[in-house]
Amino acid sequence: MKKLINKPEDVVTEELQGIAAAHADLVRVQFNPHVIVRADAPVQGKVGLVSGGGSGHEPMHGGFVGPGMLDAACPGEVFTSPTPDQMLDATKAVNGGAGVLHIVKNYTGDVMNFEMAAELAGGESIEVQAVVIDDDVAVQDSLYTAGRRGVGTTVLAEKICGAAAEEGRPLAEVADLCRKVNANGRSMGMALTSCIVPAAGKPTFELGDDEMEIGIGIHGEPGRERMKLAPASEIVEKLAVPIVEDLPFESGDQVLAFVNGMGGTPLIELYVIYNDLTKLLDGRGITITRNLIGPYITSLEMAGCSITLLKLDDELTRLWDAPVKTAGLRWAA
Amino acid sequence: MAESEQASRRMSLGHDDVLRWIRAFGTEVDANKEQLTQLDAAVGDGDHGINMQRGMSAVLVKVDAAGEEQDIGALLKTVGMTLVSTVGGAGGPLYGTLFLQMGMAVAGKDELSPDDWAAALEAGIAGVQARGKAEPGDKTMIDALIPGRDALKAALAGGASFEDALRQSADAAGQGMRDTVPLVARKGRASYLGERSAGHQDPGATSSHLLLEAAAETWGEPEQTG
Ligand SMILES: Nc1ncnc2c1ncn2[C@@H]1O[C@H](COP(=O)(O)OP(=O)(O)OP(=O)(O)O)[C@@H](O)[C@H]1O
Ligand SMILES: [Mg+2]
Repeated sequence: MKKLINKPEDVVTEELQGIAAAHADLVRVQFNPHVIVRADAPVQGKVGLVSGGGSGHEPMHGGFVGPGMLDAACPGEVFTSPTPDQMLDATKAVNGGAGVLHIVKNYTGDVMNFEMAAELAGGESIEVQAVVIDDDVAVQDSLYTAGRRGVGTTVLAEKICGAAAEEGRPLAEVADLCRKVNANGRSMGMALTSCIVPAAGKPTFELGDDEMEIGIGIHGEPGRERMKLAPASEIVEKLAVPIVEDLPFESGDQVLAFVNGMGGTPLIELYVIYNDLTKLLDGRGITITRNLIGPYITSLEMAGCSITLLKLDDELTRLWDAPVKTAGLRWAA
Repeated sequence: MAESEQASRRMSLGHDDVLRWIRAFGTEVDANKEQLTQLDAAVGDGDHGINMQRGMSAVLVKVDAAGEEQDIGALLKTVGMTLVSTVGGAGGPLYGTLFLQMGMAVAGKDELSPDDWAAALEAGIAGVQARGKAEPGDKTMIDALIPGRDALKAALAGGASFEDALRQSADAAGQGMRDTVPLVARKGRASYLGERSAGHQDPGATSSHLLLEAAAETWGEPEQTG
């Protein structure tokens, strides 16, 4: 294992110390237990937005804490869901009297820990709603399984709901909006290489030099099929066609296209993917009206990418364009 | 010989016994951390051994600090709360709930009869199912725990000694664990793999087997006397 770390067991704490030192204007970091909170939290009268998940997906979620996006993030150990006490502390820290929305990625661990946290917060009379993001079309959806994973759409939901909360909209509306984003967003990812969890010290899975894994999760969970490496245009087909057909996205639709890097893939390749994606969507009469390209929901040093499409309407577009000021995503009005 | 065998028949568990079992489970988790992690890497995200070890080392620190003032119910609840706040993942809420519910079932007790132990286990498993919604055959820790519980109850009802009942419970959990190999996962991360989850043993069922095996080994050995 070659990593820029001191000790595997200290990675998350030292990362948080780095974030605290770098972004004191945006966030304050609490260490026992780990919570990243917007510097001016709680914002009175505003719905508080809390998300969280395993570490190793930076900038998600801690890098999305700040005006216009999240009020708090709970970082777990690498690839491990955070714990209810973290989520409860975060919920209390951001409750400005208008209630708190938990944005939860659909992983068994995340869902159960957030459920326990919501029960605890309820016991302290804080109104909490939770919305579970489950946008990964690589996973067969079924009532009898854990269902689809939450991936790229989470970033978009955090941005859009953050803008709505900033406008002073009530908890029920922000939660509905979050469900709307989830209902209109679909994603799929692929890997060229595995990643190494620091505490494990070796690759989570093995991929041959000429192989790729299609339908990979963001924790090195194996995907749905392994195949010979193909040109970018074919990879885009493998990812985008199932996405388009799932919603389905139709001719005349306007979309936000999010090409995400998994952590080890350079921007030059993400733009190649984006170029092929524009051609594929053009051919189907789907118009990209907004885009996001870069590593935003990563899987440590994994090489690969994911594609997320979100069907836009005027409301979603306006909220997407609203100003945001976080370490990971930032633009002015 | 016959006399000492008689003396070794265990009729109840005290605070110390329960503590020894928790320590033994911690030792088993330590010793099998690699295996649990390997199993989880095959069907999940490769963190189950690491998660459980982090949780159990925190538990051992906690129970040492708590000393012997606690009754057994409170001791088990301390274990559960510590797991909930340190393990994370699916294992944290599931094992945390298991111990919390066991603790509730024997709240206030300083001594557990074999039936108390069975009732505690039953309550703990009910908690795991309420939290995780897993049924037998979903390829989860439930597939080791339920056979373990059922064998324990059947053996006690059939008049077996506590030691024998614990052994049968652990063996049934072991069989349940091995029986997860061909199953297609319907819960947890492994379910994302669909058919590709078949052919691998479930990590959570493996750690749950360790839990019941630790009970059989700790309480199955002749009782320390004088
Ligand atoms: N719904 C469930 N009910 C019971 N047991 C479950 C359930 N989901 C998962 N498990 C058990 O949890 C084990 C995995 O535990 P682990 O600690 O690795 O959590 P994880 O799934 O990796 O959590 P996270 O999703 O946060 O990473 C599985 O092997 C399975 O036995
Ligand atoms: Mg795991």
